Amino acid sequence: MKMYRSHILVAEDSKSLSKGAKEIEELISKELRALGLDEEVLVAPTGSLGFEDIGVAIAVYPDGVIYAPVTQNDVPRIIKEHLLKGRIVKELVHEIGKKDVTVTESRAERVLSIQQRVLLKRVGVINPESIEEYIAEDGYLALENALEKGPQWVLEEVKASELRGRGGAGFPTGKKWEFTAKAKSDVKYVICNADEGEPGTFKDRVIMEGDPHLLIEGMILAGFATGANYGYIYIRGEYDLSIKRLQKAIDQARSYGFLGENILGSGFSFDIEIKKGAGAYICGEETALIESIEGKRGEPRKKPPYPPTFGLWGKPTVINNVETLANVPPIVVNGAEWFKKFGVAGSYGTKLFSLMGDVNFKGVIEIPFGVKLSSIINDVGFGIKGGKKLKGVILGGVSGSLITPNEIDTPVDFNSLALIEAGPGSGSIVVLSEDRCIVDIAKNIAYFFRHESCGKCTPCRVGTEEMYKIIDSISKGFGEVKDLERLDKLSTSMKLTSFCGLGQTAPNIIQQSLRKFREEWLEHIIERKCSANVCEFEEITEEVTNE
Amino acid sequence: MKGKSLIDVLHEIQESNPENYVPENLAKKVSDTFKTSPAKVYGVVTFYTMFSVMPRGKHIIRVCRSLSCHLADGKKIVKKLKEELGIDFGETTEDKEFTLEESSCLGMCSIAPSMMIDDVPFGNLKEEDIPVILKKVREGVL
Repeated sequence: MKMYRSHILVAEDSKSLSKGAKEIEELISKELRALGLDEEVLVAPTGSLGFEDIGVAIAVYPDGVIYAPVTQNDVPRIIKEHLLKGRIVKELVHEIGKKDVTVTESRAERVLSIQQRVLLKRVGVINPESIEEYIAEDGYLALENALEKGPQWVLEEVKASELRGRGGAGFPTGKKWEFTAKAKSDVKYVICNADEGEPGTFKDRVIMEGDPHLLIEGMILAGFATGANYGYIYIRGEYDLSIKRLQKAIDQARSYGFLGENILGSGFSFDIEIKKGAGAYICGEETALIESIEGKRGEPRKKPPYPPTFGLWGKPTVINNVETLANVPPIVVNGAEWFKKFGVAGSYGTKLFSLMGDVNFKGVIEIPFGVKLSSIINDVGFGIKGGKKLKGVILGGVSGSLITPNEIDTPVDFNSLALIEAGPGSGSIVVLSEDRCIVDIAKNIAYFFRHESCGKCTPCRVGTEEMYKIIDSISKGFGEVKDLERLDKLSTSMKLTSFCGLGQTAPNIIQQSLRKFREEWLEHIIERKCSANVCEFEEITEEVTNE
Repeated sequence: MKGKSLIDVLHEIQESNPENYVPENLAKKVSDTFKTSPAKVYGVVTFYTMFSVMPRGKHIIRVCRSLSCHLADGKKIVKKLKEELGIDFGETTEDKEFTLEESSCLGMCSIAPSMMIDDVPFGNLKEEDIPVILKKVREGVL
């Protein structure tokens, strides 16, 4: 293998690519050639370095320096100074370039101080399109370990780790696997739910774009532990780069003998196929997803029976989220006891969060369970933009929960959050500053669910529509005080009677806001006033018609 | 293991059609192949937002309307797109270049507001970016 004195890694996730990362990579190669350094310095793409919100980022190794944001104009200077003369270009080193951030320490240090990288340890370090680099960083070691010790051992280890599903519901993964492992059937399946569609969530794509083999290895292990020989990755059609990188990874794994017949001579066979979604939020619901893989409309099935015993084509099926499966290889390599060193009782391990909204740092973060929400906002997110006050946090996506400033010191783990009727959900954290209007946010959420309801059951199909109409009329100044009671009742009915999780969770944030921000709703209705100055009230005329 | 599903085939039909839709005659063929009724196929095509039963432009613009993009003033981007293209959601420009569609969250929240044109994502959009991007796509540079 050829040796290089330095490596330049260019973050080439889909967001960085949209900002010209490929062009930066090409320019770097050109500059290196011009200076005759192309035999000494290797340029390679990598996954997200966590700076997409400000621009293209590159990392120079072995120095471990990250430059961000890098523009075309910066490239010649970085190459000449850093790679030719060995002087780090300090002004371009990811110092915080934003005016509204006042902290002095370097961004990476601060952002990473609370984070612990278990799932993301290779993201931004290896070239995601190279299986050799994955292997060099302990890749497929878990598989080797597992094949040696047997399926029962893998199952027990995952059970002992107390890993809980990262898709939203938090069901114990080991228990789910055990149902399928015990189910008697000649055919079983593993499905990876990569239909990441909860508004405000973009964590799974970071794994799929930055470390696709981790997911593949997790799926093989799930198949091995449960006796399944075939797996599907159901991925949303919009995630083009994820699909391409995963397909490449699958092909590579097959040619190395990690996938296919008789894996590494063990007698165990497993293969994976990608199924591309076609745009439907409901397909994140596991039984709707199964229907969709079968080629049908993505409408949820009646439960029970549950997928672990009656899933795809009626066969026992393990279905896990991307992040859940990504947790499996590290558990199998290091053991359940090691895993339980991260996090807190009831919520072991680390968790990926998509941090965004009115914070100074936006992006995907990995933190152990149990860190306070306030610490995530202030220490990882560098506080609220423009030094504003916090209004609230939407946690776990638009089907999640609404957290107020006085609940902000709650530790982020399943049990602590349950005490305030919340949960980590999809891992989305949308931070809202005092300038936001709660009615406007509720309206946006209602608009989303009205569009995404699959129409199968009445409470959800009609409920989401009614909910939007009521909120829309309030936002235009035509609300009545009794509308709040109607919204509340409607929410309760939907929660109790909707067929699946979509309709049951659609009213969550809206209903919580009625209680937590009642004054603001009343202000809109009684005073026709929006303090945030977002809602546009319409003139009251003789004939008021709802559209 | 089971081979191509009905949805896989619909993807293929649409992707190979320059007008970006599933035409009725092919949908009928699909129903024959899968031994199901045309109504079932129609049900599937219309269930998923990425499929269309009507001809569309050469390029599909999907602009995000979900929370993060909304909070990042995504409305302005939507307005600008409609202005520049002279069309509303669900419509196609006269020159058959672009169809404008609204989309749920595209998973680009940290660089909101965002949109996709075909398979290419665009983020941190400002109003002034829109004409530039559209011009480039039209010229085939992007």
